[in-house]
This record gives sequence, C-alpha cells and structure tokens, in this order.
Amino acid sequence: MTLEVLGFWVLAIVLVGSALAVVTTKNLFHSVLWLALALTGTAGIFLMLNAEFLAGVQILLYAGGVVTVVVFAIVVTEKLVGTRLAHTSRRVWLGGAVAAGFLGLLMSILAGVPLPMAPIPMTEDPTRLIGTAFLTRFLLPFELLAVLLLVSLLAASYLARPEE
Amino acid sequence: MGLSAYLTLAAVVFSIGLFGVMTRRNMVGILLGIELMLNAVNINLVAFSRFHGEVAGMVLTVFAISITVAEVALGLAIVILLFRTRKTAMADHVDWLKG
Repeated sequence: MTLEVLGFWVLAIVLVGSALAVVTTKNLFHSVLWLALALTGTAGIFLMLNAEFLAGVQILLYAGGVVTVVVFAIVVTEKLVGTRLAHTSRRVWLGGAVAAGFLGLLMSILAGVPLPMAPIPMTEDPTRLIGTAFLTRFLLPFELLAVLLLVSLLAASYLARPEE
Repeated sequence: MGLSAYLTLAAVVFSIGLFGVMTRRNMVGILLGIELMLNAVNINLVAFSRFHGEVAGMVLTVFAISITVAEVALGLAIVILLFRTRKTAMADHVDWLKG
C-alpha cells in the first residue's frame, strides 16, 4: 500500500513538473521533450491503474508518434523560414489567474462529490475486455475511427504537399 | 490511492495545459498545451474506468488517443501551410479574417 502511494506521488511530481516545463520553457524543442516526459509519466499512471494496454498505446502513439511528428514539423518550418522559431508567452499573469481560477472551480466541484476510495476489480483481464468491447459494443465507432484516420492521413499529406 | 487523488492530478495537468494554450504565442506551443489537456482527460477516463470496474472508459481512451493523433497531424499540416503562405508561426499574426 505504501509503495503504491509512493509511486503515485513520484509519478504525480514528474507529470506536474514536466507539464509546467512544457508551458514555461523558452526553447520550443525543450518544450516538446518535456511533453514526451509528461506523456511517459501518464503511461506510468495508466500502469498504476492496471491499464497495461493503454500504457503501451500511450507510449507508442503519443510519446513515440506525436512527439516525432512535432519535431519534424519544427525542423521543416524552421528550414522554410531560415530562423529559429520564437517561443514566448504573453499575458502570463492573466492566463495564470484564469487557469488557477479554473483549477479552483474543478477542485470545489470535486470536494462536493462522494467518490469511491477502492478500485473495483474487473471481471477479466482489461486488455481482453477492451478487445471484446471493440468488436461488440463499440464496433461502429471503431470502424468510423479507421475512416477518420484514413481521411486525416490524406488531408495532412494534401495540405503539407510540396509546392508545385 | 482513492479516485479523488487521480482526478485532482488530472485537474492540475488540465489547468497547466489551459495556461499553455492561453499564453503561448507560437502555434506549435498552443498545440502542445492542447496535448496536455487531452492527456489529463485520458487520466480521468482511465481512473473512472478502474474505480467502477467498467471497461468503457478505457475503450474511450483508445478513441481519444487516436483522434488526438489525427488532430496533431492535421494541425501541424496547417501550421506548415501557414508558414509557406505567411512566413509566421505566431497565432496573433494569422488575423486576415479581420474585417
């Protein structure tokens, strides 16, 4: 039990710290690398919640795919402009106040709701349940997702095509 | 750890992402903030799924992750396109819809 609490706190500190670094660091590349750390920390949280499949998907798609694509985009755009991308913030105090106010609102809602303290064990292995759900209850959204991925692939390659 | 610990963590990460979206000038920076916000929502979904013994939340998380990947690919394609035509990455400079 104490190990679980310790693990949660370590992951929470890594996650919140790297998330803060993503939105405050001056260098765009460093921002992306901190985001990769934050996404990996989230994969750790998924592992703590017994969602091994999701932790794998998180690392492959997010920390692997998204971060690579963003780095590619930065490199391509910097080559197009020929200068380093500026990465500054504006209205930091106003933005901080709004974000803190929003956090306070969420916390006040959370404090007023009775929440379960202990997880309810799944009837089977979660990965098996996810696979079954995909092909039974969620079959239509699953197929639509395939169409969405195809459409976005075509659209992205059309929008970013080389100039004639 | 109870459900409220996970929800609190997700709320903090979501607020940090919101801060990034509101304060960053660079369009890629804004996209990174959106990533953080979506990530926080995924933590919520998985935590609720675990604490209710119901797999639907995890399935929705897979959908959310896939749709986010599509969104990032399209968003970055638009950023590259804007670079070609306007030579800028600043969201404030993209204001030619202004009357």
